[in-house]
Amino acid sequence: MDFKNGAELLAVCEAEHISISEAMKRRECELGETTTEEIMKRMQRVLEIMKHSAKTPLKEPGRSMGGLIGGESQKIDRHYEEGRDICGPVLNRAAAYAMGVLEVNASMGLIVAAPTAGSSGVVPGLLLALADEYEISDEQLCDALFNAGALGYLAMRNATVAGAVGGCQAEIGVAAAMAASAAVELRGGTPRQCLDAGSIVLMNMLGLVCDPVRGLVEYPCQNRNASGVANALVAAELSLSGIRQLIPFDEMLDTMYTVGKRLPAELRETALGGCAIAPSACAACGACASAALPV
Amino acid sequence: MSFISVFDVLGPNMIGPSSSHTAGACVIANLARKMLGTELKEVEFTLYGSFAKTYQGHGTDRALLGGIMGFQTDDERIRDSFEIAKERGIAFRFIPNDTDTDTHPNTADVHMVGTDGRVMDVRGESLGGGKVRISRINGVEVDFTGEYSAVIVVQQDRPGVVAHITKILSDRNVNIAFMRLFRESKGNTAYTIVESDGKLPDDVAEKLRENKYVRDVMIVQ
Repeated sequence: MDFKNGAELLAVCEAEHISISEAMKRRECELGETTTEEIMKRMQRVLEIMKHSAKTPLKEPGRSMGGLIGGESQKIDRHYEEGRDICGPVLNRAAAYAMGVLEVNASMGLIVAAPTAGSSGVVPGLLLALADEYEISDEQLCDALFNAGALGYLAMRNATVAGAVGGCQAEIGVAAAMAASAAVELRGGTPRQCLDAGSIVLMNMLGLVCDPVRGLVEYPCQNRNASGVANALVAAELSLSGIRQLIPFDEMLDTMYTVGKRLPAELRETALGGCAIAPSACAACGACASAALPV
Repeated sequence: MSFISVFDVLGPNMIGPSSSHTAGACVIANLARKMLGTELKEVEFTLYGSFAKTYQGHGTDRALLGGIMGFQTDDERIRDSFEIAKERGIAFRFIPNDTDTDTHPNTADVHMVGTDGRVMDVRGESLGGGKVRISRINGVEVDFTGEYSAVIVVQQDRPGVVAHITKILSDRNVNIAFMRLFRESKGNTAYTIVESDGKLPDDVAEKLRENKYVRDVMIVQ
């Protein structure tokens, strides 16, 4: 059993009356020549790492290798504990967790690339925040990760998840589409609603450039992981409300890929454009100045 | 198209911050270590392209050094690999090379000296998502990923050596996934790289060495 795109995935789900997570599990067992037990065990390890990397920085802030970030997650947590948050619990927690994972990543801690290291906060951020608010078991979270994995697989197969190829929309954009779809399934939505939520995210993050200051996976990457969870949460809400999308997920994936390839190289992870060359970013870097000196 | 697993999407489980600059670097060094096949005394890493520019901020240096000591991409000791290498008495050095621009952007050359005096040079390229390619061994252009069990035979370029290799493998029921031959020039040193699906039997290297034109055999799995 395999599916090459969203339309085929939907057809499988509707014909078999199964969820996207179940379809992805069956595909993994069949093509990976393994068992449900084995893949669930591996996914539990993924979940364990995600929980640790999302929650540790709330209490134990770290400093990044490049020195551009550190301690943000704890600030969001304190703001919430003081009852001053304006996002509400799910979005506040999700932002804290997502930024926490990036803090761990940037300080050489253990994370799960999802689908990349630079976008690794979005999927755990949203799913763990939902688990705090609603009654969601670890098993359901693992299922949600298979759902997220299905959309990520389609993006890897039919487009790209590399910032160097498609910009940030391919990294955080795809991560947020994965998170939105998984959130929809967790909250009882249909496979079609999952894919629609993914489509909304790609639409709303279309064209986002990859412009890391000093070429490091720190800033603005960490902020964008928080914006990724916000986009995912809104998209899931719209889709669960019954709003259908004119443009299906497959077409949005194509659109994202086409737009990504048309982005100039300066805006695809080279640190030669966007935020990376804002005056304050350049002042914090100095690489060009030193490179310009005679050898 | 090769199978994309859910764990390729949600993975690798890795020490940050970058799948190409940290995890990929760790994988390259791990492969190099296996090719050396002996205890390491000295190692020198030459970094090209983006590796040369951003290796410190990405922990590429720590990941390379961790990998050369056998740490996997998710091993938290990578962070402390400088200290650990010093404790183990391994001499190490990093040389950023900004002048060669015809390499893949994320390339590292690994120059190793074993405690037995064995010297070896390996070039690796980090392709993204923790995937890598070994593109050069001791100056000879090669191509393999390390995703399969591999046997690398260093031989003199003479008729019959490849037949010897395939016979040894078929006698042991090894199913060959890929097999390629690389050589410096006609009659000189050649490399045969055989990648197989399963684990290679223990006596393969020893049996392959029985041919007089086989100079060395490396097993990477």
